Amino acid sequence: MQIAPPDFDRMFGALADATRRDIVRRAIEGEEGVAELARHYPMSFAAVQKHIALLERAGLVTKQRIGRRKVVRTNLEGLRAARRLLDRYEEMWRGRIDRMTELVNEYTRERDR
Amino acid sequence: MTVTTVRKDPQALSLTLYAEFDASPERVWQLWADPQQLERWWGPPTYPATVTKHELRPGGRVEYHMTAPDGDQARAYWNVEEVDPPRSLVVSDGFANEDGSPNTEMPTNQFRVTITEIEAGRSQMSIVSTFPSTEAMEQLMAFGMEEGLTQAVGQIDAILAEDAVAQAAAPRT
Repeated sequence: MQIAPPDFDRMFGALADATRRDIVRRAIEGEEGVAELARHYPMSFAAVQKHIALLERAGLVTKQRIGRRKVVRTNLEGLRAARRLLDRYEEMWRGRIDRMTELVNEYTRERDR
Repeated sequence: MTVTTVRKDPQALSLTLYAEFDASPERVWQLWADPQQLERWWGPPTYPATVTKHELRPGGRVEYHMTAPDGDQARAYWNVEEVDPPRSLVVSDGFANEDGSPNTEMPTNQFRVTITEIEAGRSQMSIVSTFPSTEAMEQLMAFGMEEGLTQAVGQIDAILAEDAVAQAAAPRT
């Protein structure tokens, strides 16, 4: 289902920064280039460019050419894959806790009988 | 309706669950301390666990295997790191080779269980599960540990949101 297996360590590392998370959020629209994105942040163009390069290496955003412009676009599939991993782990523990609850309740019913 | 809160922290590679039970901490502790009870909840019905060794003391070892629907068995173990009945337990969960020795090619997952009394006959249990790396997490999930393969497409908003997202869990019965 995935085009390329995402590098989760790099991905989570990239998401560990508030500015980069914000860039990922803005780039979902995929309408702005590096220069336009840089205007949203109180930091140098070069600094924003660095953040974007890091996100690109993590597979979270790609640069796409639209006519003569280059826009930054979020790779939603990569993001979903990372999220799914934690979701599945949560699902496993929820199942366990459901079964624990059944067991505890069963015991209580027997004791109170 | 027992899981009250779930917190996922992608940076720290940890998952924290809080659950409440209508039972004393001593009773909740038995879910971990009694191997027969442990067998009844550790694995899903389709992938039941059989506990073959159960040493719940620091430095002790718990050994078990999970049986797949096709009869295949996967051996696994816990290294028990801390035990303070009926309050806390820290173990490292790993896969074992056929001879029972730790499979060093597979990652381990450490989790800390803390049980506290909220009021008489009512307890809260927290489980903090930590992975050494996301690669490890991925590897474990790929190994058939997971259940409920719902594969629900995750909400991307949540991962874009602040680091430690405290979500109120939807009530489940």
